[in-house]
Amino acid sequence: MKLNAHNFKENAKKALKDNDLQASLQKLGTGFPLKRLAAMERLPEFEDLRDQARDIKDHTLRHLDFYLEQFESRVVETGGKVHWARDIKDGRKIVYEICEAVGAKTITKGKSMIGEEMAINEYLEEKGLIPIETDLGEYIIQLRNEPPSHIIAPAIHLRKSHVEEAFRKTHTELPKDRNLDAPEDLLVEARTMLRKKFIAADVGITGANFMVAETGSTVIVTNEGNGDLTQTLPRIHIVLCSIEKVVPTLEDCTTLLRVLARSATGQEQSVYTTFSTGPRGETDPDGPDEFHVVILDNGRSRMLGHDTHDMLRCIRCSACINHCPVYQSVGGHAYGSIYPGPMGSVLTPALYGLEKSCDLPNASTMCGKCEEVCPVRIPIPKMLRSWRKKQWEDGPVPTMQRLAMTWWAWWALRPKLYHRVAGWKMRIMGFMGRKSGHIKAFPLKNGWTENRDFPAPEGKTFQQRWSEKGGRRT
Amino acid sequence: MSENEKNVGLFVTCLVDLFRPTVAFAAVKLMEDAGCSICVPERQTCCGQPAYNSGDNEDAKAMAQMVIEEFEQFDYVVAPSGSCAAMIRVHYPELFADCPDWLTRAQNLSTKTYELLTFLSDVLHVDKVEAALDRTATYHDSCSGLRELGIKQQPRKLLDSVEGLELVEAEQAERCCGFGGTFCLKFSDISSRITDDKCDDLLKTGAQTVLGGDLGCLMNIAGRMTRRGETVEVRHIAEVLADMCDEVPPISQGKG
Repeated sequence: MKLNAHNFKENAKKALKDNDLQASLQKLGTGFPLKRLAAMERLPEFEDLRDQARDIKDHTLRHLDFYLEQFESRVVETGGKVHWARDIKDGRKIVYEICEAVGAKTITKGKSMIGEEMAINEYLEEKGLIPIETDLGEYIIQLRNEPPSHIIAPAIHLRKSHVEEAFRKTHTELPKDRNLDAPEDLLVEARTMLRKKFIAADVGITGANFMVAETGSTVIVTNEGNGDLTQTLPRIHIVLCSIEKVVPTLEDCTTLLRVLARSATGQEQSVYTTFSTGPRGETDPDGPDEFHVVILDNGRSRMLGHDTHDMLRCIRCSACINHCPVYQSVGGHAYGSIYPGPMGSVLTPALYGLEKSCDLPNASTMCGKCEEVCPVRIPIPKMLRSWRKKQWEDGPVPTMQRLAMTWWAWWALRPKLYHRVAGWKMRIMGFMGRKSGHIKAFPLKNGWTENRDFPAPEGKTFQQRWSEKGGRRT
Repeated sequence: MSENEKNVGLFVTCLVDLFRPTVAFAAVKLMEDAGCSICVPERQTCCGQPAYNSGDNEDAKAMAQMVIEEFEQFDYVVAPSGSCAAMIRVHYPELFADCPDWLTRAQNLSTKTYELLTFLSDVLHVDKVEAALDRTATYHDSCSGLRELGIKQQPRKLLDSVEGLELVEAEQAERCCGFGGTFCLKFSDISSRITDDKCDDLLKTGAQTVLGGDLGCLMNIAGRMTRRGETVEVRHIAEVLADMCDEVPPISQGKG
């Protein structure tokens, strides 16, 4: 998708007024978090597992070059091929060339955030190919021609009526008077339409939740089984993933899987967990003839060893997103990036540049809920703060904000003057709000009184009263 | 000051100093009752958190240095706010991570700095107070205090000893109120949407009084409540524990 993060404020304003969206968000805000909590309570060792998960990722990131090379050798040994993509352009070209070499026409696609990052569908369409999303949520938003609004529930912003509308508009070969009232009707229709596509596809593209270095396997977790049909039916299987997805061993992978689904949807395990190792072997009953893994960097190696290094631990569970009060208020599209919410506000500036996404690191109350729920204990607020610091040092801070902060600091560093002036100011404000206890508006428009009353001060400051009382001083 | 008394420096916090001095007097009373001698350095304003969270580390450092210089002389430093106490306890050492001289002083101050309720409960082992309030109340857990300092049971335990007070838990007591310091000014619409959710959740309890330990959050909640025409009272917990509710009307409300 085209980055639209610089319009965060306007996007958010619109989102707050969108009643359909607000109804969807209301459900999300209670749904996933409560399910996660219940899953945690059923697993006493959950907190220990989080430590282990963090340590596995930390270890892997420290030896990333080693594990990536080990992964590549194993893939080659099992008959597959690894392609290294420095950036999005590289990645798209690699995918297209693989498709072109086999004369592919239609391509089925399982859910892949790296695919979204590469905007691979748009690119393949430009080249005359037909990519078809097979994850139900992704299929719906593909029909509606819009980006995902959540990393694991891409169509979470939509209501059932939106889905029906999209299906009626696209599936014109079906009878017009068919009944699509029940959610099951929609499911059955999507299933019927997609089944034909699965069988016709020349190439299947999936993402990968993990790459296992010791076996050369890639791993996906899905709830619909679409990933399996995408990768086993066509002749060619392309896996899209990024450098930080590698883990050393199958054992490590299972530890991470234990925290992944629980943190995401509150499931013990996703319905399908699929390990793919190489193309179809001589004794295999099915599988693709070719197995390609495209490993994208796109700015991630620049994060290694820097302020946002820990973000590379992320396993894309979306717990931070599901629990974020800002995301719960404005939804994913407002962020203008395929990675929304707290994790996105750290990642988007790293991948696309801070100057194009200045608002994102600031669009957080710093409540810390994201860090509290992160299965790999990423200190997200700390990293948001590090972006803010960079922003402050390198310039892209609105002039009024910079002035206001510098002005405040100037006063705060001159206690004597500060206390004298504050004393007068509080007396005036106290007088203004003497009856109601608050002030409705100030002469100059400000963010506080737009939406709240400003509680009036008592009158004299504590420092004044403490002096008058003769309280102990240094 | 007698030899047995703990020498406590009160970090008033800018909001309490300017808007709600009663909270500081309540804090003084609670600590004096528990055998502390309270000193209030005049050379104090802000802990530097707004600058730190805005990425302005230079100004944050300058403010932190002033706090360190002024407060390192005490046995304990106490603030009636989880977020300001967390700034000193958790973030001052981070701020001076690459400045060894100041780092030692910041760490030293960090270990003896407490938020009021944790100081009363965990250090002074106060488990009951002499106070009465005939009300049902609900307690909002402010984010910094809860997640950075682990303040959860302490306020509830102390409130339990207030005569006549009935505490009812909100379903989402731990959810952010939308204040977020400068966030509420920069993203006023989003902030007020989050605050509305908070207000709804608090009102759902049917409590007559909303209590909390951070004035920033409480001013935000109270300001939104009165803007919405709600009559629920919002107060800092210290006012209740020190039995000083008669001295000042609820936040954002008139004398009535």
